[in-house]
Amino acid sequence: MHPAPSVIVFTTLSGLGFGLLFWLGIAMPAVTGWSAFAFFVVAYLLAVGGLISSTFHLGHPERALKAFSQWRSSWLSREGWAAVLALVVMGLYGAGLVFLDQRWSLLGWIGAALSLGTVYTTSMIYGQMKTVPRWKTPLTSALYLSFSLAGGALLAGQVSFALILLPLAAVVQVLWWKHGDTALASSGTNLGTATGLARDGAAVRAFEPPHTGTNFLLREFVYVIGRKHAQKLRMIALGLGFVLPVVLLLLPFTHLFGALAVVSHLAGIAASRWLFFAEAEHVVGLYYGKRAA
Amino acid sequence: MTSLPASTKKKLGLVIDLDTCVGCHACVISCKGWNTENYGAPLSDQDPYGGNPSGTFLNRVHSYEVQPLATSTMPHPAAQLIHFPKSCLHCEDAPCVTVCPTGASYKRVEDGIVLVNESDCIGCGLCAWACPYGAREMDAEEGVMKKCTLCVDRIYNENLPEVDREPACVRTCPAGARHFGDFADPDSNVSRLTAERGGMDLMPEQGTKPVNQYLPPRPKDALDQIDVLAPFLEPVVQEPSGFLGWLDRTLEKI
Repeated sequence: MHPAPSVIVFTTLSGLGFGLLFWLGIAMPAVTGWSAFAFFVVAYLLAVGGLISSTFHLGHPERALKAFSQWRSSWLSREGWAAVLALVVMGLYGAGLVFLDQRWSLLGWIGAALSLGTVYTTSMIYGQMKTVPRWKTPLTSALYLSFSLAGGALLAGQVSFALILLPLAAVVQVLWWKHGDTALASSGTNLGTATGLARDGAAVRAFEPPHTGTNFLLREFVYVIGRKHAQKLRMIALGLGFVLPVVLLLLPFTHLFGALAVVSHLAGIAASRWLFFAEAEHVVGLYYGKRAA
Repeated sequence: MTSLPASTKKKLGLVIDLDTCVGCHACVISCKGWNTENYGAPLSDQDPYGGNPSGTFLNRVHSYEVQPLATSTMPHPAAQLIHFPKSCLHCEDAPCVTVCPTGASYKRVEDGIVLVNESDCIGCGLCAWACPYGAREMDAEEGVMKKCTLCVDRIYNENLPEVDREPACVRTCPAGARHFGDFADPDSNVSRLTAERGGMDLMPEQGTKPVNQYLPPRPKDALDQIDVLAPFLEPVVQEPSGFLGWLDRTLEKI
């Protein structure tokens, strides 16, 4: 799949922002007044900034409101609802904390659940895609949720939780890669089933594509990445996303180390997200002979 | 609503005969022509006369080489070239419809045609992601999703002579490799063709239940020795003689 910058920025930033909102919603840290204001501003910048970025890849962003209509069937529509509800509820909860010095705990817990729910709906947009075997697994939701919780804990300064959740997210990431590397081959979809021509043991080979030039399908779905680079990027994603932040958290706390841990984590997650799209094989590539399976 | 209808009154679709398709791409051109001049946004081209042309097509013809497995009766089967037109299969369980967040993508209850309401489409591209066949293409000029309409503006069009009330690709095919009809009717031309020739689903494991059916290529004739005089001809001398023979033997010794 084409690794569109707008979608990578969206899933990376919003995942982190809603993760932070989750921890704020359950009062960890139990901040009020100006420090609550600072936390909420960071969370909203990340969550809303990511959402706005996601509209950049739309052909008609001015019609985006129509996307709220199909929540019964569409995960993308559900994501829109979950995001708006989470932001409204957490906004009310945050206003109480910042301006009235009031903690409406129930509202906070509802907001926290909605924040995680938003991340879950995002993950299901990808996790539902049968056409991309690498994504079509419950591990995709586990990946998005574990990243969001771990990153949120890191941003919220919940060091002891972050020290558990960051390694856990790294484990989910490795499991997801392990599953993904054999997903297309074990999906049962190949050039034989795509064309129906591999009958009685015949071998099918893509001989000539429809046109000599490129097209939307090839640009959007048939992004091929060198395996050697993928392995290097995976190491970078794990190192920056999880190993370095954990090391920095284990050192005696300074604000500089804390900030470095967040920046490093963000860079690692962005690298992981780039791979999430770039490595994903859409089965339409089979028709173009662009998949090994 | 982008939920799929439980059932449709008709199941309009195409039968594509891989045995007779000659790969001329006439269906591609007639589709592009009709759908650029009629219903919905035109199918745009980018840099059409430049170095890197690209454009929107609702129908594309691939070509595949099929090498049959050697058997005792056919120890050296010849490879076949199969031309493979591919467009929307108007699936019964169309995954492109249910992912649509705006309701722009829908499957018609009356005839099962999958369509896009272009004025509701936000161009998110998710329906193209959900389609395993690559049947949907985002138009780079309009920013909306384009797909085969089964020429909905031809098949019911009373301004056209009756003979033309079928999809442009079917009407134009010079090889008779494309057939249009109602799969819900067991006696229709497409239902009978599918039954007689073993029509198949593409990617059945994806669970999309495609309406369009593909007829597999029939086995090719195996011709015996064509030249009746060949057995009577003397075999050509294999071993070189004379100077070349001497050279061959000498070089062999070195």
